[in-house]
This record gives sequence, structure tokens and C-alpha cells, in this order.
Amino acid sequence: MGDSKLDLLQGTLDLMVLQTLAAMGKQHGYGIARRIEQVSGDEILLNQGTIYASLVRLQQREWIDAEWGTSDNNRRAKYYSITPSGRRQLARDAAYWQRLTSVMGRMLAMPAEESVR
Amino acid sequence: MRNLREARNRIRAFLRKEPHDAELQAEIAAHLEMAVDENLRRGFSPHEARRQALIRFGHVDTAKFKQREARGLMQLDIFLQDLRYTLRSLGRDRGFTLVAVLILALGIGANVAVFSVVNTLLLRPLPFPNSQQLVWIAPPPTKCGISCATYSSDGYDTFRAGTHSFQDVTGYFAFDTINNLSLTMGAGAPIQATSIEVIANFFQLLGVQPAMGRAFNLDDARDGAAPVVLLSDAWWRSRFNADPNIVGKAYDMNGHLTTIIGVLPPSFDFGAFFSPGTKIDALTPLNLNATRNEGNIVTFIGRLKPGVTLAQAQQDAAIVAPRLCNNAKVPESCGNYQAVPVPLKSYISGKLRRSLVVLWSAVGGILLIACVNLSNLLLARAAARSKEFAMRSALGATRSRIVRQLLIESLLLSGAGAIGGLILAAALLGWLGHQGSIALPMLNVLHIDAVALGWTVLIAVFAAIFFGLVPGLRMASGNLQETLKDSGPGSGMGRKHERLRATLVVTEVALACVLLVGAGLLLRSFLKVLDVDLGFEPQHAATVMVDYSYHAKSREDALQQQTHIFQRVIARVSAIPGIQAAGIADFLPLSQNRSWGLPFPKGVKPPAGMSGPLVYVITPGYMRAMGTSIRGRDFQWDDGPTSTNVVLINKSYERFLNQFANWPDGSAVGHILADDGGQDVLVAGVVEDVHEEGTEGDTGWQIYYPVSQQFPNAAQLVIRTALPPASMATSVLTTLRELNPKQPMAEFRSIQTLVDHANSPRRFFMVLVASFAALGLALAALGIYGVISYSVTQRTQEIGLRMALGASMAQVQRSVLARTLRLAVIGIVLGGIASLAVSRAISSLLFHTAPGDPIALLVPVFLIGTVALLAGYLPARRAASVNPTIALRNN
Repeated sequence: MGDSKLDLLQGTLDLMVLQTLAAMGKQHGYGIARRIEQVSGDEILLNQGTIYASLVRLQQREWIDAEWGTSDNNRRAKYYSITPSGRRQLARDAAYWQRLTSVMGRMLAMPAEESVR
Repeated sequence: MRNLREARNRIRAFLRKEPHDAELQAEIAAHLEMAVDENLRRGFSPHEARRQALIRFGHVDTAKFKQREARGLMQLDIFLQDLRYTLRSLGRDRGFTLVAVLILALGIGANVAVFSVVNTLLLRPLPFPNSQQLVWIAPPPTKCGISCATYSSDGYDTFRAGTHSFQDVTGYFAFDTINNLSLTMGAGAPIQATSIEVIANFFQLLGVQPAMGRAFNLDDARDGAAPVVLLSDAWWRSRFNADPNIVGKAYDMNGHLTTIIGVLPPSFDFGAFFSPGTKIDALTPLNLNATRNEGNIVTFIGRLKPGVTLAQAQQDAAIVAPRLCNNAKVPESCGNYQAVPVPLKSYISGKLRRSLVVLWSAVGGILLIACVNLSNLLLARAAARSKEFAMRSALGATRSRIVRQLLIESLLLSGAGAIGGLILAAALLGWLGHQGSIALPMLNVLHIDAVALGWTVLIAVFAAIFFGLVPGLRMASGNLQETLKDSGPGSGMGRKHERLRATLVVTEVALACVLLVGAGLLLRSFLKVLDVDLGFEPQHAATVMVDYSYHAKSREDALQQQTHIFQRVIARVSAIPGIQAAGIADFLPLSQNRSWGLPFPKGVKPPAGMSGPLVYVITPGYMRAMGTSIRGRDFQWDDGPTSTNVVLINKSYERFLNQFANWPDGSAVGHILADDGGQDVLVAGVVEDVHEEGTEGDTGWQIYYPVSQQFPNAAQLVIRTALPPASMATSVLTTLRELNPKQPMAEFRSIQTLVDHANSPRRFFMVLVASFAALGLALAALGIYGVISYSVTQRTQEIGLRMALGASMAQVQRSVLARTLRLAVIGIVLGGIASLAVSRAISSLLFHTAPGDPIALLVPVFLIGTVALLAGYLPARRAASVNPTIALRNN
């Protein structure tokens, strides 16, 4: 463990949760956590429990809503869904991440060069 | 916007903790169940399915903690937790809490109160707009009092026109006597009040706006102007029921229908600034023309032009002053004046500077002692709790958490102490504000202002935190293992603490010693002041203002009429049973005075530029009523307007005149003086020197004229009785009212109150410093008791062992007492050395008391020694009663 998995950067989990909810619609915490694990191909280091801090944070910012519902196999669970302002935030954050990763990609692709003069 | 919403949601979540926690709990349970379900579907065994679910979920409590952190106000949660814990532990230790809060409250309260006084009197500018421009203009201080600090109407006009540094100059009539106003409302008996005449521009110059109505203008002060009056806020409330429509109403005042043109704001109290300790009810405009021939009557107050420095104004005044005349029509009366502007503030409160600084230092000392005491208490508490802290850190509490909790404890204690202190200070200041009889300026405007409050509480809280935290830190930094093991007596930590505590106690004792010595010196001075021979006997004498009026055709007629009135009053009053003597004077000692000129031995030219003796116009019998002895003879009723002019002079004046006259045997009795106007006066008698300006200091020159030959400013009846003076009030007033129905229901004051009034500032400072010293002594005793008692508890086993080995009860008791005494002696020696320095610093406040006064030095030493022994005796007795068997078994 450890080295082989990716540590999550600050704030990335929030973005993943938003994206998951935007893509999947209404979902409970376990479902979101499983979805993130599946999509990431088990490449990130995620204690499923940490998802709840992220969920409550997003809720406080009113980017997601929550209500209790019943799961497929009849379990009571809290279902989360993205709000319009959450979608706007997702669009902003996604754009930011795209820009950042493209810049980082270019930076890291920079060929080594002899110093001038 | 977003942050605001999030903050709101966080606060909401913080307030609804339980439902949120329950919901989270349910959510996590559901999460795990779903994970188990899925794992079961994948074919895990039920046990493995659960294990895998828990592994993937991670640490449940961490998840909860992080969720709570993201949800609510985590820091506040922890703070509240610590607060609850602290409150619980303080509540368990109720005695400690009470003592600690009380000590702090006393220290902080005394400091806030004294700081408010210092702030009002010394630090804050006077409560007038641009008050730094205001100056008091008077000659340099001389032997004669306010009379030499006044100028004539002509002098005022010359000074105002001649100087260029002042926006304007104003002043007030300095010789209005107390209860000079008699107000008749309806049919009732006239009511006495005190009013002061001020020059018409007085309020404009000071920048004081009446709360209602208008201030005086020049027309109010012209010849023949309709009489008008401004009421003080206090009088308006007490006498006129705070009538909101008072402006424009007219009442009979001193026989003239006088219109009330306004009410002054509560913040302006004439007495508080210009005659501390005297209640001034009303202000009237001064007609400078009417007083043009009365000599020196007005004080000068000026407002500097913007940008003009004090030095420039002093130069300006020095140039103009020699041009002033007592009376412009009399060339000889010119050229005798000096005028030096000084800041009005230093005139009002400058004399108090030293006393206030001493007082301030004394409360500073109290605060220090309080903090040391608190530190001591906390140290003892920390020592008792060292195992608790060690246990907590062994269980995983971080250092910062323990320190934070100690900080909260200190803050809580100091917060409670500060609140208690503020209540105490507010009570003290409220009480001071109503001490109308203390002759200190601006007491009525005292309040805890924001600066005083903020500053003092800040210092106190910082000190408390500092002194509270240091022992805590020492505790928390201690070696965990050692602390847990350290249960026996004589182990390292215990000893170290004891040394620290002993040092603190020594400091306390030394500080208390300094305070006591200071208080002792001030008390000795005060007793010396009380012992001063005032030249009159204040006991068994009282005074009341007598109303009189007459219509006279000539000066001679007027003198005869007033003599007749006074003779009748005195005859009737003397006939009242219990009255031993009665007499009338216009001014009484220790209140007001004036001077006219310099009567000099006939044929000798007086030296130039000397101010004359203080002048009193009195009736026969006044000296006997005051208890002042006469050599020669008293005035007699037949010293009439047409018979030889006679005077009485005091011994100092006689001595002074004798330097020029060289009377045989040095006695002025029977010799002729030439009065200012060139009239001859015969010295009928020589009287004792009477303290005029104050009970301390030298007496000046005094001269007395009879009412049958001069006009008094007012008539203050003085009676001497063997009975308590107050018991004569009714019969005297009834008699006066029989003689004159217009006689107001006047205030009957004992002569002793005049003396008390004069001594009140010294008494005030002495009482305060003495109470602080007593407080310091009590705190030091508490400190000693705490340390010795604690060490006895710590050494119970050692004592038990020693007793088991044959030490007697007396020996044990002696050893504890010896330890106490050692602490006390070290403290006393250090304090004694410091006291010597301190007593030299306050020597200017002492009266006939040497800074090294042996009684003032030895009594505190003895007192502290005794109190220390007492404080040590209780634990010593406890030590001696230790039962060795129990003490040793108890390990």
C-alpha cells in the first residue's frame, strides 16, 4: 500500500463527489464512494469514511442536497443530489482542473536545455 | 456570499449537534450494511464480509471527527468542552475559586477605581472644548490666598484690552460666600443656596452650552439689567423638580424678581472645577461697573489664541500686568500687579499630582500582591493536580490541550475577578461621586470610562494569565514518569515548588511592608495635622448665615443700622440657654478671605509691592465664640462710626509691623496704624494666628475691623455651646426668624466641618492608602498561611517520622513557626530597605513627619511579624497534632 496509490490533493475529493453526482444523479454515500473507486480504477487512496466530511462540506455550501430514502435492497440511506449551484461550481472547478492539468502537462513535457550563453 | 451561507450553516449545525450526530451514525451504519451486503454477494464469508467493509471504510471515529470538523465549529466545541471541564473542577474546589476571584476582584477593583480618578484628574484633558487653550491667570503663589489671586474691574478691562495672546479673558467674583442666595418660592420660608457671579463671557470662553435656555450675554451684566440666573443641573433637579419649562420663569431671589434663563448641563459643576467640595447652585452675571470701587474681586481665566504657546502668553501677561490699576482713577493703586498664566488643568489638579501618583503606585502594589497571591494559590493547586495532568497526558492528551485548559482556567478566574472588580470599582466611584464634602476637584464627573476600563482590565487579565499560566506550564512540562512516581515527601519537584512559593511569599511580605510603611507615614502626618493649633477651637462651635437688610441715608446711618441689627441678633441668640458666646464675621477661617491694603505704623513708609493682611469684619464676641484669645481688648458695641477707629491684628502681623515700628516690648496694642486711605486706626488688641488657607502651612497676616466701622460682605453667626452644636440649630434658627421673617431656613454647620473640609484631601488619600495597606497585609497573611499550611500537609509523613523518633509537639510547632518567621523576616528586611527609598520619595506629602520616622517604620514591621506568626501558628498547631502512627501508615 501507500506508494502505489495516489494521495488525494486538497479539494479533489469534493470535485469527484460533485462529478459523480452530476453523472449518476441521486446517490447515497456508499454508492458515491464505490463509484469513485471504480472509476479511478482503485488507483487512489480513499478511506470510504472520509467521503462523509466531503459530503457535509458540499451540503454546507449548498452545492448538494440530501434526503433520506430507501435503497434497492430496502435499506434506509441518505441520498444526495447535485443542486443547480453545485452544477455551476462543478463547471468552474472542472474548467480550472483542465487548465491546470494541461499547463502541468506542458511544464513536465518541457525538454531539458543547456543554459544560455 | 458563499462563505456567509457556509458560516450560517455551520453555526446551525453547531447548535443542532445531537440530531446531526445521530443522522451521521445512521448513515455510517447504512454504509457498512450496504458494503457487507455487496461483499456477501461477492461470496465472502459473513465474518470476512464485515471485516473487509470495515477496512475499506477506515477508522470510524476518524471519519466522524472529520465530518464534525467540516460540519460545525470544531474549535468552539473543544473550547466548550474545556470550559465545562474547568467549571466543573473549579466548582469542586469552591474555596479556592472564591478566594482567587475575591483576591483578583479586590486588586482589579482598586486599580480600576484609582485609575479612573487618576485619568480624570491627571491624564484626561479638562472636559471643555480645546481645553489645552484654557489658562488660569494669577500672580505667583504668595502668603495671602485667593485675595492676591484676584484683580479689580479696572484691572480686568486693562488686561483684556492690553494682551494679544488671548482669544478672550473671563473670570468670576471670588468673594461670594456660601449660602449667599435666598430663594423665596410661594409663601414658604426662603431657601438658602449658593450662587457665584461670573463675567458675562464666562460660558462662551469655557465652551459650555447650557442644557436648556441660553448663557449670559453682555446685556445681562449692564447697569440696571434685569436680574437673571442660570441653574446648576443638580439644583434644577432638587429644587425645581427638573421642570422642563423652567426657562423664562421668575422667582424672588435676594428680594429681586430674577428670571431663570437656562439650566447648565450635568457635566458642568462650577464647584467641581473652581471650588472643590462646595456645592454651587446657581450662577449670575457679574456687573463689573458695580464692583469698580471694590478693589480686587475677580479671578482671571483666559483662552489662548490658536497657536499661541504658554510661554508667549506668559511674556504677554508679564508686559501688561504692571499697567493694571486697582482703581484707574487712583494713580497710586497702579503697578502692583503680577499675572502669570498657567494651564487651567494644572491649577485645578496640579497640586494633587504627587498624591495621585502615590495612590496609583499603592494600588499597583496591591495588584502585584494579588497576582503573586494568585500565582501562589495556582501553584499549590497545580502541585495538587500534577498527578491528574500526568494521568491525562499518559492517556493521550497533548501538551497544548493541557496548557489550553490551564489558560481557560486562568482566563475564567481572571474574567470573574475582573467582573467583580468592575462592580467594586463602580460602587467605589459612585460613592466618591457623592462625597460632596471632599475638597477634591471633579469627583462628581468620575466614572469608569472606556480607556480606564480597557486599560486596567487588560493589565489585570494579562497579569492573571501570566501568573496563572507560569505555574501551569511548570506543571505540564514536568517529567511524566517522575510526577507519577513522586508521591513521597522530599522528592525533587515538591522541593522546587516550595522554593518558588517561598520566593513569592517573601515578595508579598516585602510589598505589604512597603505599603504599610507608606500608610503609616501618611497616618502620622494626618494625626500631626489634626494636632495643629488652628488658632481657634473648632469643637462646640457652629455657624449659620444671617440674613439682614436696611435702608440707609448715609454711610454713618448704614453703619449704625447694621450695628443695631447685629447687636440685637447677638443679644437674643446669647440669651438662648446653652449658648456660651455668639458673634458675627463676614468670612470664616478655612473658607474665603480677601485683603484691602497694608495698614502700617504711623509715620513709617511701607515697603513697595507688599500685599496686605487678610481682612475680616466682625462683631464683638466673635473671637470668644471662635475660641481665639485676645491680648488687649475685644471690640465693643460703642466703638461707633464716630468714635476712634479700632482694629485687631494677629500676632504674625504684629511681628512684621514691629520690625518697622520697634514698639517698646514689641506689642502693637494701643498703637496707631495708618490705613490705606490715610485714616488712623488704633490697635485695640492682638489675636492668635488663625489658620486661614489650610490647616497645614504657615498662617499669614490678618486684620479685623468692627461692623460698627466697616461693612461686612455677609453675616455668618458663630455660636459656642457646651452642648452638641447640632442640638442648638432649631432654637437659633427660630430666634433668627423671629427677628427677621425673611431669614431663610439656613444650613447650620459646625465649625468642625470647616476643618474637616480643609483636611479632607489628606484624609481621603490617607484612608485610601491605609486601606490598600491593610488589604496588602491581609493578602500577605493569606500567602504565608497558604505556603506554610501546604508545606505542613506535604510533610505530614516527615513530621510523623520525626515525632516517632522522639521530637516533642513543641519542637515540631517551633520548627514550623521558625520557618514562617524566616520567610517573614526576609520579606520584612527587603521591604524595609525598599520602604526607606519609598518614604524618601513621598517625603513631600508628609507633614511634620520625617521619612525615617521610627514609629512609622517599626509599627508595620511589628504588625507584619505578628500577622505572619498568627498565619503560621494555625498550620503549626496542625503539625503538632499529627499522629505519628496514622501519618506513617498513610503512605
